[in-house]
Amino acid sequence: MIKTDTLIIGAGPTGLFTAHQLKLIGLDCEVVDNLDKIGGQCIELYPDKPIYDIPAVPECTGEELTNNLIKQLKPFNIKFHLGERVDEVKKDNDNWIVKTNNGKSFSTPNVIIAGGVGSFEPRKFSPKECEKFENKSLFYSVKDKKVFDGKTVTIFGGGDSALDWAVELSKIAKVNLVHRRDEFRGADATLNKVKELTSAGKINLLTKYQLVSVSGSNKIESIDIKSDDGGTKNLKTDYVLGFFGLIMQLGPIANWGLNIDKKTIEVDTEKFETNQKGIYAVGDICKYPGKLKLILSGFHEGALAARACFKLARPNEKYRFEFTTSSKTIKDRLGIKSD
Amino acid sequence: MPKITYITHDKKSHTVEVQNGLTVMEGAVQNDIPGIDADCGGGMACATCHVYVKEDWLNKLPIKEDGEEDMLDMAFEPKTNSRLSCQLTVSTELDGLIVDIPSKQT
Repeated sequence: MIKTDTLIIGAGPTGLFTAHQLKLIGLDCEVVDNLDKIGGQCIELYPDKPIYDIPAVPECTGEELTNNLIKQLKPFNIKFHLGERVDEVKKDNDNWIVKTNNGKSFSTPNVIIAGGVGSFEPRKFSPKECEKFENKSLFYSVKDKKVFDGKTVTIFGGGDSALDWAVELSKIAKVNLVHRRDEFRGADATLNKVKELTSAGKINLLTKYQLVSVSGSNKIESIDIKSDDGGTKNLKTDYVLGFFGLIMQLGPIANWGLNIDKKTIEVDTEKFETNQKGIYAVGDICKYPGKLKLILSGFHEGALAARACFKLARPNEKYRFEFTTSSKTIKDRLGIKSD
Repeated sequence: MPKITYITHDKKSHTVEVQNGLTVMEGAVQNDIPGIDADCGGGMACATCHVYVKEDWLNKLPIKEDGEEDMLDMAFEPKTNSRLSCQLTVSTELDGLIVDIPSKQT
């Protein structure tokens, strides 16, 4: 059981700046995120897209913003638990017991949900029977490519993941690459490689096709794909891989007893506390009159929630407001020598 | 004000007035029409405001910007008449537009 003053759920820009605010006022925190990297939507959805409305930053990309926030956290030693999803939040006297899907547990008086629109999960195939084969002969990511050795693998998708795996797996397996249109959005170099391998007969490329059904008893034996003009094709295949990017799902947050309306959590605007004492929500996931889904609003919300955490984490101390420009205590925390 | 008709997957038709300048996505969200998630809030970054446009309207719509087709790759059951409703800005020319909402967005 890990004990901390505050657990932050979500390592997007709001979660990161909230961590900074907590450390400035002398509280500990740990951060959990379901993605395997720091940055949330900024890094997953728009790493290269420019953002123009961060105060005092005329223009930066999602990736640059994330890197700068990480840099700002450098003076502090913050523990990130990546690739883990918080599944359970339960009350235990004055503390919350928080458990992740990997079996980690935390005990903390404060939980700050900075979860955006929920956790990122892979987008799945639409035919219902796909579920039955998931993680057996149908996958949305590759953990061990050796299982495909000598087999037939059908890959769906038109982005870098689909193209990269088509190239990689063509070395050890028979590969079908299926995409819904002729254009691909992956890197040009990889696309050229795919075309080369297709001409050489190493990859069987099928465009303007989508998956309609999967057949097999315990494992997949064949699949049907359908083209835009209505024609269908049956493909014998041992494995199916789908790379359609990630989607945000509210997931287990819905079960924690919070007031939720349209995937957002109701909070007050003084502490950004939910209907549960010691659980706060900040950033895109919180809702209050006048809420704007802007990164700058998340920063403000995190700063106030951090102050609210102080009361529960240090019940016998009084919080004193201080400026970073003048406070010796804060400068010590930042590791800056004051003269 | 232009009227936009949204047909939900249960075949129910919802016709609402949407102000010029708003998007077809915003028109659905503000009028509580079910089936448009719009997780990213209109940033063309999530493909959860996916609609099917009635064929005779396809040519009258604003041309797809770079990136919309890429996002549609990830949409649930995309077709040739698929669009992201956050990219369709309502104007007088779109008065009477009919869109079908898919059975789900993810």
